[in-house]
Amino acid sequence: MIKFSEMQLKIPKMARPVFLVTGGMSEFRRAFPEKKTEELCIEALTMAAELINMSPAELKSYIHTAYYGHFADHFGDQLLGEAVIHDRLGLDPLGNIGIKTGGATGGSTLWEAFKTVASGYSDCTLAMGWERMDEVPTDEGNNYIACAADKDWETPLGHIYAGYYAVMAQRYWKVFGKEEPSFRETLAKIAVKHRGYGYHNPFAHGGMKITVKDVLNSPVVAYPLRALDCCLMSVGAACAILADEKTAFKMCKNPLRIYVAAGSHTLRVADRRNMEIPLLPHETPETYKDFSKRYPGADRYPGFTSFLATRMSAYYAYRMAGIQNPLDDLDVAELHDAFTISDVQSYEDLGFRPYGQGRDYVESGDCYHTNPHTGKPGRLPSNLSGGLIGCMHAVGATGIMQTVELMLQIWGRHGEIHGDPKRWEAFGKKKPEDWVDLQVKGAKRGLAISHAGVGSHVTCTIVIHPNHLLKQD
Amino acid sequence: MATTKSLGTARVEKGRYELEGKFHRIEPGTPIRREDGKLCGVTKPRSLIHLHSYGGEAVFFEGLTKRKIYATRCDNPACDAKGSIFLPFRIYCPDCLRKATVIDVTDLCRKTATIYSFIVTERTGAFNTLKIPIKFINVSFEGVCTILMSYLSVGEPKIGMRVVPIFRTRNPTYTIEDLSWVPEGTPDSKLPKGFTF
Repeated sequence: MIKFSEMQLKIPKMARPVFLVTGGMSEFRRAFPEKKTEELCIEALTMAAELINMSPAELKSYIHTAYYGHFADHFGDQLLGEAVIHDRLGLDPLGNIGIKTGGATGGSTLWEAFKTVASGYSDCTLAMGWERMDEVPTDEGNNYIACAADKDWETPLGHIYAGYYAVMAQRYWKVFGKEEPSFRETLAKIAVKHRGYGYHNPFAHGGMKITVKDVLNSPVVAYPLRALDCCLMSVGAACAILADEKTAFKMCKNPLRIYVAAGSHTLRVADRRNMEIPLLPHETPETYKDFSKRYPGADRYPGFTSFLATRMSAYYAYRMAGIQNPLDDLDVAELHDAFTISDVQSYEDLGFRPYGQGRDYVESGDCYHTNPHTGKPGRLPSNLSGGLIGCMHAVGATGIMQTVELMLQIWGRHGEIHGDPKRWEAFGKKKPEDWVDLQVKGAKRGLAISHAGVGSHVTCTIVIHPNHLLKQD
Repeated sequence: MATTKSLGTARVEKGRYELEGKFHRIEPGTPIRREDGKLCGVTKPRSLIHLHSYGGEAVFFEGLTKRKIYATRCDNPACDAKGSIFLPFRIYCPDCLRKATVIDVTDLCRKTATIYSFIVTERTGAFNTLKIPIKFINVSFEGVCTILMSYLSVGEPKIGMRVVPIFRTRNPTYTIEDLSWVPEGTPDSKLPKGFTF
């Protein structure tokens, strides 16, 4: 049993409020044979400028420091890629730094940019993320990704990351899924939902209309996970601009409050030692009384069924932002669905449901834009972008893309940006005739989870309309 | 293609690497063109050999070739984790950061190893050398606070199944692949080539 000190559990306190001013994205694809990374980054920054009616040059004039997230130098075959992009964006001589935390790189990039504004070091920062995953064939890409596991103890075992995730799915299915076939169907419903939402997103490259049967019949990658349970491998860029209050309102009319917190846990699932469950504001020790009796096999926390890093990022972030109950206080979420199983695990780590009951978030219809059982809005819709399964996983960009999506939702501009036929056309696509506006009406607060490896790094980003804050500064 | 003889090898003398043979190969790339012949990029072939130090974990990987499994234990009386046994091997206790004691847990593994979780996969990344389908297993041991990732070489895995270790003693790779597991009661005749109990 390991324990944490009071100092370690201190809720982060910022020296001043931080605002999300704008953000942008490139299109995401499996490959861009005719575009360099810098072209994608410039597209993202240009979109960010256009959203607040600025020219890129005008927007750049506010930026004081720059954070660049890209996970894998070896994918892009370029060390110091951040220096290349910084130069191509014409941001010299500003201080800049590269951020790398695997799949959480985008979120971590925001975390650093956030702290820089909060501390007063900069009044305006750029958080830009990208990934170049098309310069090797998929199996070599899988090997590269597996290099993010422990290279002595894990990577040689198959050189495939999906395998390291699937053992968690297997254990979860036994302990919390009670080995019921219907649990496997719940996972499939998540893939159907995210691919389906991606279908309405012009930036996405994994959108499609599929059925539960399609998922269950797709090829096994690492049983019980199948091809359609897995995230995409993508190329693209996303960026966000953060600023202090005075600068933010100078730059645009409607900046949003942003909070970012982070957690971590062992790189190897193998090294997770047993501990007490850190409680979120709406949980009590009663919530988990007799837990291992109710769920035989749940004798270890976080074991193979939960992510301590996600729980800790929420532990800090909820209290920073004043969130008491995520289902009551949040309107929209973007979760890190690297695999359908990790989506379910995250529901519990984030307290959308107590540990062991994550699938109910799907089965109840709460997770949908429109609850399929009631025809009414879902209680807390998630991954309306399509997420990593339906939209993209251009690793360094992912956590930032999620935050841009939250921003568009809270601005009420989701339909405007995703439904513009010219945007579809610019990406070489035709807007579907049955396109659906996935704007969450009246969205005021959103949450995004950016997650690395099998839970080594996780960030929790919360975006709130400033008129709907939950906590005084 | 480089011959085996020309492949780079290394040894350590007086604390320094001494290298022999070729550690990289240079080959020309080729253009990548569109259907209409327009240039988009180039291929960039390369082959190189990395040197990797096992540091304080070397004893574990050497041990596998001698049919031994070593773990480590925190013996610091002032540490809350005192007595914790780590497998995967940790050179230092993660709590007190004092160097942990290397202990032989081969018998413990033979007597108490149980499958905690598993998966079976036919897909691998590039450079995989394990036989497909790979049966990944996560193995728990009595009194050990961590759970080892490995692979099953005989039979079908199940959660809770008792397994025993086997070791690649013929032509070892000096990697984690030299350790595998089979269901308790598996006869010698069923072991994969090169492995022994």
